[in-house]
Amino acid sequence: MAKAVNKVSKRTWNEWIWAWFLIAPTIIGLIVLNIIPIIRTAHMSLFKSGDFGRNHIFVGLDNYVRMVNDPQVWQAVVNTLVYTFLVVPVSIALAMLIAVLLNRPLKGRSIYRTIYFIPMIAAPAAVTMVWRWLYNSNFGLINYLLSLVGIPPVNWTTDPRIAIVSIAIIGIWSIVGYNMVLLLAGLQEIPRDYYEASEIDGAGKVRQFFTITLPLVTPTLFFVMVTTIIQSMQVFDVIYMMIDITNPAYEKTVSLVYLFYNNSFKYSDKGYGSAIVMLLLAIIMVLTVIQIKVQKRWVNYG
Amino acid sequence: MGERFVGKKKGREAMKLRKRLSGVLIHLFLLSGACTMILPFVWMVLTSFKTVAESTSMNPFVFFPSEWKWEHYVTVWKQNHFLRLYWNTFAMMAIRVFLGLLFSAMAAYAFARLNFPGKNFFFGIVLFQMMVPTQIFIIPQYLMVDAIQMRNTIFALVFPGLVSAFGTFLLRQFFMVLPKELEEAAKLDGCNIGQTFLYVMLPLVRSGLVALGIFTALFAFKDLMWPLIVNTSADAATLSSALAKIQSAYSVHYPELMTAAVLAIWPMMLVFFLFQRQFVEGISTSGGKL
Repeated sequence: MAKAVNKVSKRTWNEWIWAWFLIAPTIIGLIVLNIIPIIRTAHMSLFKSGDFGRNHIFVGLDNYVRMVNDPQVWQAVVNTLVYTFLVVPVSIALAMLIAVLLNRPLKGRSIYRTIYFIPMIAAPAAVTMVWRWLYNSNFGLINYLLSLVGIPPVNWTTDPRIAIVSIAIIGIWSIVGYNMVLLLAGLQEIPRDYYEASEIDGAGKVRQFFTITLPLVTPTLFFVMVTTIIQSMQVFDVIYMMIDITNPAYEKTVSLVYLFYNNSFKYSDKGYGSAIVMLLLAIIMVLTVIQIKVQKRWVNYG
Repeated sequence: MGERFVGKKKGREAMKLRKRLSGVLIHLFLLSGACTMILPFVWMVLTSFKTVAESTSMNPFVFFPSEWKWEHYVTVWKQNHFLRLYWNTFAMMAIRVFLGLLFSAMAAYAFARLNFPGKNFFFGIVLFQMMVPTQIFIIPQYLMVDAIQMRNTIFALVFPGLVSAFGTFLLRQFFMVLPKELEEAAKLDGCNIGQTFLYVMLPLVRSGLVALGIFTALFAFKDLMWPLIVNTSADAATLSSALAKIQSAYSVHYPELMTAAVLAIWPMMLVFFLFQRQFVEGISTSGGKL
């Protein structure tokens, strides 16, 4: 018996040792860079922190109590959700429309695909700078074009009711091409015969879209939706570059991550920052669980 | 019968016309979308050549600069260490791509093709990392970099990207679909596991490596918060984080701001136009794998 174990284990041991060696850098890295930090962030959220995370004083759940009573935090939750509910449906619907139009013989198909992808390549910092200029209420191109058709100037970046929409427009503009490329890849997996068969049955293009295309592309659609939601919930760059704290629209646009950044690194209150990011984690977890639950009802895995 | 034939012909022509009309409409729609995608970049470049007076002139509105002068480029280049910024950004991207690909491929191969104790547990760690918002790691990561006094270095920029859970997951999908016979043949030829991985399997997931390389490079290039936090000195910034500082320094001098933006994004644009097929196809092949 012992002999048999030995015999087997020599080759198995070899495989085990290779496997452990191969995963070692990644696993050690993940533990140091991610697992320990999660625990530390959770731990820090229970402390009132002095400068640079030193001079901790244990305060229990005080940061959470403060957070629950902080209208700015709740406003940030609302802002983040508003941004997400603007970006996700609009960007995916547009991406779907463009993908369907490009998923057929069409002149300049690959050129369109490339052009729509360009915003994905540019750094959000640079992109937001130019959008801010386009949105400029006195000298911006957008207000000039609107004035040509008689629309009075809009304060795109300073009007508290409008600024979040302006930010969402940048978000949609940035991600539409990326989502389109993913959806197009999904569309191309649908066998041609399905369409031919339904054409013989006399189905029109619109009906084909709803009876064939949409059901068969749901797995890709689900993936695109999950990633877009998670990304939108973490919006920071565009808002950071566009809305500074003195902007009158700050309260109505600050996102959870921006609030986390300001508290942790601008005001050096890392305990409170940690509590805010724990709230973000909780919200994203809830959204993810809901999506996985609801997924079974509409995603078609064939 | 003749009449019916004519009617059919007419119907066919009407259909042809309708098809052509819908073709034109589709192109119009796609074209206007494409213009929206490009317009901000065109405006960025045009503004960078205008004088301040031209950029703020409303009556008449100035679309094109009267003279194509490089003076803003000279000023902005002089006031900021752009060569330094290019180097910092490039070094960060190169190291992150290299280490990310290497470590992820190693781990992905083990998770996809080998059996070992703790496999599910360790893969659980990979999945867990992917589900958590990255901001949750940032304060402790910053405190670690600060504790070893490595702020304002290239190492600090690379630090959170030393390993990649996403990359491990993505490449695992690519390794999983390879046929088992390949490994058996390699074994018969006397390859050990390391050699099989390096010489037989790794070359077969090239498209996965390209996709991951593009993702990693783009993510590193676009990231704003981490370089903003960890490398606060002007000489250690990346292109992204430097733009944030330039924006607050130049405030409303839009031609100079646009110049800085052009200087920050042109290298990546150039790379994109040279390798656009790899970019778009890399992203689309990976989409189906996730």
